Amino acid sequence: MKNIIKNINKAFESRVRLGIMSILLVNQEEDFNELKESLELTDGNLASHISALEKLEYILVNKEFVGKKTKTTYKVTSLGKKEFNEHLRALEKLISKK
Amino acid sequence: MNNTTTENDPLKDLVYIKEMMEKSSRVISLSGLSGVFAGIFAIAGAVVAQIYLTSIGRNYQDFANNMTVDILNYNAIIFLITDASIVALLSVGCGVYFTYRQSQKKGLKIWDNTSKRLLVNLFIPLAAGGIFCLILFYYNLFVLVAPCTLLFYGFACFNAGKYTHDEVRYLGISEIALGLLGALYLGYGYAIWIIGFGLLHILYGLLMYFKYERGK
Repeated sequence: MKNIIKNINKAFESRVRLGIMSILLVNQEEDFNELKESLELTDGNLASHISALEKLEYILVNKEFVGKKTKTTYKVTSLGKKEFNEHLRALEKLISKK
Repeated sequence: MNNTTTENDPLKDLVYIKEMMEKSSRVISLSGLSGVFAGIFAIAGAVVAQIYLTSIGRNYQDFANNMTVDILNYNAIIFLITDASIVALLSVGCGVYFTYRQSQKKGLKIWDNTSKRLLVNLFIPLAAGGIFCLILFYYNLFVLVAPCTLLFYGFACFNAGKYTHDEVRYLGISEIALGLLGALYLGYGYAIWIIGFGLLHILYGLLMYFKYERGK
C-alpha cells in the first residue's frame, strides 16, 4: 500500500492537469486554444496549470510565429509520459485494492 | 462536477482521463443516422442504375462477359457517373447535417483538429479511389468499378476510423472484404455493391445510433 501512495503523483492531483496530460498524450501536440476549449477553462486558469507542468519538465512549450501572431503549442516530454503512466498505474492499483 | 480537484477518487480520475483522451482525439458526434441515410441513397442509386441499364438493353452481367469491349456509350457513362455523384453528395450532405445536429446536442464544436484529421484521413484514399475508378471507365473496365469503389471506400473508413467511433473501422474492414469478393466474383458486383454501400451502411449506422445516440 505504501508503494502505491508513493506513486500517486502530487502534480496530478488537479483534474485540469490530468486533462492537459491526457489530451497531449493522445494528440502529440495541441495549441493553447484547443486545450482551453477541450477543458472549458479560462486563460488564466489554464496558463497557471501549464506553467506548473512546464516547471516540472512534464511538458514542452514551443512558441512560433504564424504570420504576425505567435502560436504556442505544447508537447509531453518523455519524463512527463513516464510520470503520467506511473500515476495511471497507481490509480489502477488503488481501484483493484478496494 | 468539481473540475479542479480530483477529490481523491481514483476511479473518477481514470474515467475523466479516458473521457478527455476520447473527446480530444475522436469525432464522437459522428451520427449513425448519416450511415442509415447513406445506405438508403446507395440502394436508390443502384436501382436507378439498374433501371437505366435495362432501358438501354444492358445488364450488369454484360460487363463481366465482355470485359474490355466498349459496351457503354458516352451518354451511358455520364448517366452512371452523375447517378453515383448525386448519391455521394446526398450522403455527405446528410452526414454533415446529422453530425452537426449531434455535436450541437453534445455542446461540441464540429470543426476542430479532430474533425480535420478525420476528413484528411478519409478523403485521401477516397479521392485516389474516385480517380482510379474514372480511369477504369476510361479503359472500359466497367466490371471493376464496383469492387474498386468498395475497396477504396474500405481503405478510407479503416483509416478514418482511428478518429471516430470504432465501428467505422470495422465497417472499413467489411467493405475491403466485400471489395475483394466482388473482384473475384465479377458477375456479382451489383449485388455485392448493394450489400456494401446499402445494407452495411444501414446496419453499422443503426448500431452506432443505438449505441451512442438514442436516449443519451
